[in-house]
Amino acid sequence: MNLQWSRRGEDLYLYLSGELDEHSVSDVRARADRLIDENAGLSRAVFNLAGLKFMDSTGIGFLIGRYKRLKRYGMGMYLAHPEAGADKILALSGLYSIMPKIQE
Amino acid sequence: MNEMILKFPARSENEVFARNAVAAFALPLEPSLSELSDVKTAVSEAVTNCIVHGYRGKGGGWITLTCRTEGDALTVEVSDEGRGIADIGMALEPFFTTAPSEERSGMGFTIMQTFMTDFRVESEEGAGTKVTMTKRFGQGQANVG
Ligand SMILES: Nc1ncnc2c1ncn2[C@@H]1O[C@H](COP(=O)(O)OP(=O)(O)O)[C@@H](O)[C@H]1O
Ligand SMILES: [Mg+2]
Repeated sequence: MNLQWSRRGEDLYLYLSGELDEHSVSDVRARADRLIDENAGLSRAVFNLAGLKFMDSTGIGFLIGRYKRLKRYGMGMYLAHPEAGADKILALSGLYSIMPKIQE
Repeated sequence: MNEMILKFPARSENEVFARNAVAAFALPLEPSLSELSDVKTAVSEAVTNCIVHGYRGKGGGWITLTCRTEGDALTVEVSDEGRGIADIGMALEPFFTTAPSEERSGMGFTIMQTFMTDFRVESEEGAGTKVTMTKRFGQGQANVG
């Protein structure tokens, strides 16, 4: 799993790439949380999933966990460009209702 | 008809190997990319469950993964000799998890049921759990037009 990021205006962009499962999640969880803490006070975080080649339900738990952390800072969370496989899981679990899918 | 039996230690580093081994085994059936993705995801769910739930507090154990192709169908069995499931009906409910503090989502069984054509789970407390799933390939295309 790789995590890159950038900041544009009031937005924090997180780019996930690789395969997200129970084995890879702990490392990326720690890095995402550190980034969120360092950027608390921005208005929103956008998770770009274009590079995520595989994700199972571990990804749901991971995203909900980050959503809760962002919420404590008053930051909104958005998802962008999931691959078909991830998109199917995100839609099935209803995640888009709390972290909308956007096109940027 | 073809068969494969894999046995490996219940360690999370084996999740990626297990789902890719099943995908490679299924290739002669010419699954579509989305069918292959469904199978990999379902296998990942079942194997992860053996590791995080089956052998919880037991210091490890073995996972047995059996694959069989027959016609246009792939059947996968994933079993552990771990703790077993006390209430299967509850475990199958969407969002039910016994490990919420570890950010488990409780969607594993729901994904297996949704992504595979057939799904069955057998479990005995203190003895272990076996998930049997079948994916019939080419269903998507057959329904078009
Ligand atoms: N192999 C297993 N051994 C023991 N318990 C299991 C096993 N698989 C699933 N379970 C139980 O069923 C519940 C639901 O599983 P699942 O839908 O995959 O959600 P999650 O793994 O996110 O908890 C688990 O929380 C666990 O209590
Ligand atoms: Mg699970």
